Amino acid sequence: MSHTLPKILEKRGLPGLLILALVILVVVPLTMDVDGINLTGRFLSFAFVAVGLSLAWGYGGMLSLGQGLFFGIGGYAMAMYLKLEASTPEATRIQSTPGIPDFMDWNQITALPWFWVPFNSLTFTVLAILILPALVAALIGFALFTRRVTGVFFAIITQALVTIATILVIGQQGYTGGVNGITDLRTLKGWDIHSDSALVILYYVNGVLLLAVIALGMWVLSTKYGRILMATRDQENRIRFSGYNVAYFKIFIFALSAFMSGIGGAMFTLQVGFMSPSIIGIIPSIEFVIFAAVGGRLSLLGAVYGTLLVTYARNLFAEAYPELWLFLIGGIFIAVVMFAPYGLAGLYDKYLKKRWNTFLTRRGWKRPNGSDDALKSQLMDTNPASEASK
Amino acid sequence: MAITAMQGFAGLSFFSVLLLMALGLAIIFGQMRVINMAHGEFMVIGAYTTYLLSVQASGMAPWASEYYILLAIPAAFLTAFVVGMLVEIVMIRHLYHRPLDTLLATWGLALVMQQSFRSIFGAREVSPSTPSWLEGSWRPTDMIDIPLNGMAIMLLTLLVTLGVVWLMYRSRWGLRVRATMASRDMSMAVGINTRWVDRLTFALGCGLAGIAGAAFTMISSTGPTSGTLYIVDTFLVVVFGGAGSITGTVVSAFLIAQGQSILEFFLGSSMAKVTTLLVIIGILMLRPEGLFKSKVRR
Amino acid sequence: MTPHLEPHSPLLLAVEDLSVSFDGFKAIEGLTFYMDMGELRVIIGPNGAGKTTLLDLICGKTKASEGSIKLKDIELTKLAEHRIVAHGVGRKFQTPSVYESLTVYENLEVSYPEGKSVFGALFFKNTDEVDRKIRKTAATIFLDGELDRLAAELSHGQKQWLEIGMLLIQEPELMMLDEPVAGMSVREREQTADLLNRISEGRSIIVIEHDMEFVKRIARKVTVMHQGKILAEGSMDKVQSDPRVIEVYLGH
Repeated sequence: MSHTLPKILEKRGLPGLLILALVILVVVPLTMDVDGINLTGRFLSFAFVAVGLSLAWGYGGMLSLGQGLFFGIGGYAMAMYLKLEASTPEATRIQSTPGIPDFMDWNQITALPWFWVPFNSLTFTVLAILILPALVAALIGFALFTRRVTGVFFAIITQALVTIATILVIGQQGYTGGVNGITDLRTLKGWDIHSDSALVILYYVNGVLLLAVIALGMWVLSTKYGRILMATRDQENRIRFSGYNVAYFKIFIFALSAFMSGIGGAMFTLQVGFMSPSIIGIIPSIEFVIFAAVGGRLSLLGAVYGTLLVTYARNLFAEAYPELWLFLIGGIFIAVVMFAPYGLAGLYDKYLKKRWNTFLTRRGWKRPNGSDDALKSQLMDTNPASEASK
Repeated sequence: MAITAMQGFAGLSFFSVLLLMALGLAIIFGQMRVINMAHGEFMVIGAYTTYLLSVQASGMAPWASEYYILLAIPAAFLTAFVVGMLVEIVMIRHLYHRPLDTLLATWGLALVMQQSFRSIFGAREVSPSTPSWLEGSWRPTDMIDIPLNGMAIMLLTLLVTLGVVWLMYRSRWGLRVRATMASRDMSMAVGINTRWVDRLTFALGCGLAGIAGAAFTMISSTGPTSGTLYIVDTFLVVVFGGAGSITGTVVSAFLIAQGQSILEFFLGSSMAKVTTLLVIIGILMLRPEGLFKSKVRR
Repeated sequence: MTPHLEPHSPLLLAVEDLSVSFDGFKAIEGLTFYMDMGELRVIIGPNGAGKTTLLDLICGKTKASEGSIKLKDIELTKLAEHRIVAHGVGRKFQTPSVYESLTVYENLEVSYPEGKSVFGALFFKNTDEVDRKIRKTAATIFLDGELDRLAAELSHGQKQWLEIGMLLIQEPELMMLDEPVAGMSVREREQTADLLNRISEGRSIIVIEHDMEFVKRIARKVTVMHQGKILAEGSMDKVQSDPRVIEVYLGH
C-alpha cells in the first residue's frame, strides 16, 4: 500500500481513471436496479462521443458539430446486424417477402439490398463498427484539413454533413427504416439482449470499453503527438514551420474521435434495442458538445461526468418540468461557455485540486510538485480558451 | 415551360427570405467573425411580432387589418434590433476573441429563445392574416400564376438590400463599419468607437433577420422551432458567398435558393436538399474563401 | 548578375527573378540573390524593402507569383511549408513564435528532427540521445537553467534565443533569422552575436537586422534591399560607403 499508492498518484490521470472505474463498475451496479443500470449504460454510450470530442475539440481545436454521424454509423451497423438476425424466414413468415427486415417489406422491397448483405456476419459488423466511422472521418478530414478549412467553417460544414446524413437516412425508408429507424431488435447470436442479465452484462461491457477508450486517449495525449496536437491548436501556422504536416495530425485525432463515437453508437443500439435518425441528427450532435463542455473540454474523465450529469438532469427534469428543462440546458450551456470554459474539470483544477494535492502530500502519499499539474493549470491560465485567428 | 417559370418563382420567394437572413448574418460575421446560431430565432421574433400586430389589428377597424403589414415590417425590425442589442451587451461582447465559443453560447441562446416562444405563444404554429390586397396572384398568361405576396416579398427584399448597400457603402456609419472591419486597431486609433460599431452592427444584423421573419410569415406559418429551418442554409450562403461581401451574399443566396428549387422539381425535396448541400460543400473545398473573396486581410 | 562562386564553396541558395505582389503592391520585383554554403549573410534595408517577404517566400509562407528559389537543386516554390523544412530550411520569425503553453524542454523536443509523422510522433521515444541533444542545444542558447519553464514565462530576449534553439536542433542547412536581437538589451545583443558567430560554423545563415552595431559584429557579406530589389551587395565597409545606400538611408 505504501508503495503502490504513491506510484499510482504519480502517473498522470491514472488516479482519476481508477476512480471512474470504481464508479462505473462498482458503485453503479451496487446502488441501482436493472433499469437504473441500463439507463446509466445508455448514457455512458453517449460518453464515448464526449470523450472523442474532448480529444478533437478540447485538445485539437476542431469543433465538430456532427459527431452524431459517427455515432450513427456504429449504431446503424450494429442495428443492421441485429435486425437481420431477427428477420429469419421463420420469424418473418407473415411478410410478403420473408427473410428481410419488416420495414423493407412494408416498402415493397423484395430482396435484401447489396449493402445489407455483409451485415449477416458478426465479424464484418464488428469490423465495420471499428473501421467505418474512422474511415469516413479520415475522408472528411482529408478533404477539409488539406484545404486548411478550420474553426467556424469546419464546424458549420460538419453540421451540414450530419444534416445530409439525416435527410438521406430518413428519405430512404426502404433501405434504412426511415424516420422510425431500425426497431424490434431481439437477439445477438441467439442471446436475448433484453433480458435482465443481458442488460447488466452489456452495461459492464460498455463500461470496460469506455475505460479502455479513455486510457487510449490518455496515452495518445501523453506522447509527442499529444504535445504537437496542443501546439497545433494554439498556433497552427507555426507548427508547420517545425516540419509537421498539420493536416495529417488533425485527421488522426478526428478519426480517433469518430472511432470512439462509433463504438458508443454500437453499444447504444445493443442496450436500447433500436436505432433511429433522431439520435444522430443536428440536435443530438450539439448535445454531445454540451456534455463535453460541461464536463470540461480538456478532460477525458470530465467528459464522462459531464455526460452523466447532463443526461441524468435531463431525465429528471424532462419528465417533471419539460418547459423548465430547455431553459435550464440553454442557460447552463451559455453559463459554461462564458464563465467556465473548461467545465467542471476546470473548476476542479482551479479550486479543489490544490487542496487535494496538499492533503495527499501531507499524508506522504504524494511527492510535492507534479509538474504536469502545474502545466495544466498554467495552460488554462495563460490560454483561456483563446482561439487566435481561426 | 410554365411549370419551370413557377418553380423558378417559388425559388425566388425562398431566395428572398434566405437573402434577408443571410444579409444579416453576413454583416455580423464579416464585421465581427461572430457566428450567431440564434439568428434563426431572431427571424422568429420578427415573425411573431408580425403575428401579434395582425391579431391586434383584427381587433380594431377593418382597414387596420389591411395595412398593419406596413407597420409590421419596421416593428419586426425594431423588436429584433432591440433584443439583438441586449444580447450583444449581455453576452456576445464577452466572447469576441473566441469564435467557436460564441457559436456554442449562441446555440444555448437559441434553445432558451425557442423555449420562450413555446411558453409565450404555445407550441402550435400560428399565422398572421394576409391583407386582401396581397391575396391572389398575377396571371400574365393563362399558364403562369404568380402569387402576389411572393412579389411583395421580393420587392421588400430588393428595397432592404438596396438599403443595406446604401448604409454600408454610402453612409458615414457604413464607413466606420468597413474601417473597423479592415483594421480594428487603426479605427480605434482614429477615434471610432469600435465597441458601439460592433454593437450596432450586431443589432442591425438581428434586425434584418426580423424583417426576414415578417416576410417569412407570408409564405409559411410560424412555430417555436421555425428558426432552425433556415439556419444551416443561411450559414452556407454566407460562407459560400465569401463572408463580408454583399454582392457575394446576394449571388450565393440566389444560386443556392434557385438551385435547390429547380432540383426539387426533378429529384424531390429531400434529395434536392442533399444535392445542394453536397455541391456547396464540394465547391467550398475547392475554394474555401467563398465566391467573392473579401478584400479584408484577416 | 553572375554568381559569386568561390572555388571551394558551392552554391546553396539560388533565387532568380523572384516576384510577388499583394493586391497590386509589388513587394518583391525580379529579385536575384545567391548564397554560398557556409555563408553568413546579413540583409539590411529600410522598412518595407521586402526583407521579411523574401524570407516568407523562401520558407513557403507566401507563394511567389514568378521566379524560382532553388536550395541546392531543389525547387522550393512548389513545396509545402513542412516539406521545405524537411529539406533543411529553418526560419525564425520577427515576433518570437514559440509554443507558449509548452515548456522550454518541450519546445525543443517538438522541434527535434525525428518523429515528424503522425505515427512517428505517437511512438517517439525520448531516448538518452534525444535528451542529451536537447540539453546541449539549451546550453548553446543560454537556457539550460530554464528547461522546465513555460515558454510563456520567458523574457522577450529569452524567447528569441529559444526560437533560435528550436531552429538549431533541426540542424538546418539554411537558417533564416528575422531580427534576432529586436527588443534585446545591450548585453543580450553581445551574447547573441557570440551565439551566431559560434553556430555559423559549417552552416548557412541569413540574418535580417536593423541594429548596425550588431551587424558589424557578425557580418561578412551584406545585402542591401530596397523596394523589393537588391540595391547593393558586398562587405560592410563597401556597402556603407555606397552612395546609393547612403541616399536611401539618409533620404528618409
